[in-house]
Amino acid sequence: MNKLISIAKRRCINYRVKLLEMSQRVSAIHLGGTFSSTEILDAIYNILMKKNERENFILSKGHCSALQYVILKDLKVLSENDLRKYSKSNGKLGVHPEVKNEGLNASTGSLGQGLSMAAGFALSNRKKNVYVVLSDGELQEGSTWEAIMAIRNLNLKNIIAIIDNNDLQSLERSSILTPSIYPIDRKFINFGWDSKICDGHNTKEIVKSILNRDKKKPFCLVAKTIKGYPISFMQNNPIWHYRSPSKDEFSIAMNELKNLGNL
Amino acid sequence: MRDAFSDQLYREALKDNNIYIVVADISPAGSMLKFRKKFPNRFINVGVSEQSMIGIAAGLAMKGKKVFTYTIATFSLYRPFEMIRDNFCYQNLPVTVVGMGAGTIYNNLGGTHMSQEDISICRSVPNLNIISPSDPAEMKSAVSYCVKNKKKETIYLRLGKSGEKNFTTKADDKWKFAKIRTIQKGKSICLISHGILIKMSFNISNTLKKQKIIPSIYSSHTLKPFDSKTFKKICKSYKTIISIEDHSEIGGLGSILREEAYRYKYDGNLINFSLKDKFLNDYGSQASLLKKHGISEEIILKKIYNLKK
Repeated sequence: MNKLISIAKRRCINYRVKLLEMSQRVSAIHLGGTFSSTEILDAIYNILMKKNERENFILSKGHCSALQYVILKDLKVLSENDLRKYSKSNGKLGVHPEVKNEGLNASTGSLGQGLSMAAGFALSNRKKNVYVVLSDGELQEGSTWEAIMAIRNLNLKNIIAIIDNNDLQSLERSSILTPSIYPIDRKFINFGWDSKICDGHNTKEIVKSILNRDKKKPFCLVAKTIKGYPISFMQNNPIWHYRSPSKDEFSIAMNELKNLGNL
Repeated sequence: MRDAFSDQLYREALKDNNIYIVVADISPAGSMLKFRKKFPNRFINVGVSEQSMIGIAAGLAMKGKKVFTYTIATFSLYRPFEMIRDNFCYQNLPVTVVGMGAGTIYNNLGGTHMSQEDISICRSVPNLNIISPSDPAEMKSAVSYCVKNKKKETIYLRLGKSGEKNFTTKADDKWKFAKIRTIQKGKSICLISHGILIKMSFNISNTLKKQKIIPSIYSSHTLKPFDSKTFKKICKSYKTIISIEDHSEIGGLGSILREEAYRYKYDGNLINFSLKDKFLNDYGSQASLLKKHGISEEIILKKIYNLKK
């Protein structure tokens, strides 16, 4: 397990390096949210999902698709050329995932729609797990709560939802804007789900929480994360929801990642 | 028409176990109850949650299921409109969105239950086809088409409610998706409609027959894609074209015909009887509400007589 975790750590640094490089070629990338989701998506794709389950993954927080592209390139589903043309007029990969592209199972981008589609996936084959990653901001969408209800009512035990709880949206902290959605895990439990909270940058905790879930219920993992993690000047700064780093900022961030890689 | 829908869907579902229906707490009238009993795993009731109705249906369709979503038209289309656009149309899924009791059928329940703009809204969304069958017989053909869905695109199926009579069963011209259908062959006057108001065309025709005027009656059951080719022929054949519909004057059959007539430089009389761009209420009967919108057999006949003078 420990070796697995240290490999995952290195992978996540590499993914972030790749994302930073992409940010220098385009103006539209949501670095903050991709950095908060990195360990979550890495754990799902590289540790938890079987290969035949990959078609059952939905990134409901579609604005972080760049991270999904980087991982799919790592898994040889997408090519380096695809990544190079990210968000370019001659490229196929845009800022939000498109179902027409390899490895992408749903066109998302408008928040609050992924969980319902995941429920449809789960209903079509109750024996196959469905993974869906949501932002905490999506808990402000009524449609998300419709899906939370429906999933329990339809007894869909094969849903594994992970909420990237970075507690920061475009304008402010989610916990200040909508304190009523906290504690998130209790909300899910009261809706008949199983739910746990974990450190969303700790691969071991993510994996363990999901493997040890109550398999008789749908499961929601509330992954506590930091937007912009682990870059010092990006962390918890709302401006990095959508901003691309300048040249200077880019080299500072790259150095910080390199130092982490040497650890 | 509602019964024709559920009856045909039930028949299709007996042959094809990929057919699913996702509903939002609609009372299971007629054969819908049969469907539910026979296929409990393929009848999904999400409750009063139209947004998840669409999302779940999308998820099922993305896994290859043939899905129908079903509730009263306003709730079917307006509440989850963004999901229909993003999940169904943008992802180009062959799903059928059924809008029951469309237009002004639910006049006695007031404006919140009427969908006088549904076609207009649907027409502007890419990959979204629109079928508005004229009677229960056409509804059955339409349901069979929706199951096959050769174009593999989303369909909005506009339903009446209950008690509609059949008008099209004697027509030689068979129902075909995206094809204007000749129901009665006549001369000089063309009455063209979609949905339940075909009954007005027949009542008008019966009155005119007494004066030895026999109008043609067409069913324009598919509004998108529109059968421009047949309409071109209609333009060439008639001095007067009258459209009748239970839909807003903006974006419905009336609008389509005006666009098409301009294209073909039609120089005859094109008269559209559509709903006014107004929220009007009449809790009494649909007929009296339609009359407030300027749609009645008398009004249409009067117009025809004035043209003849």
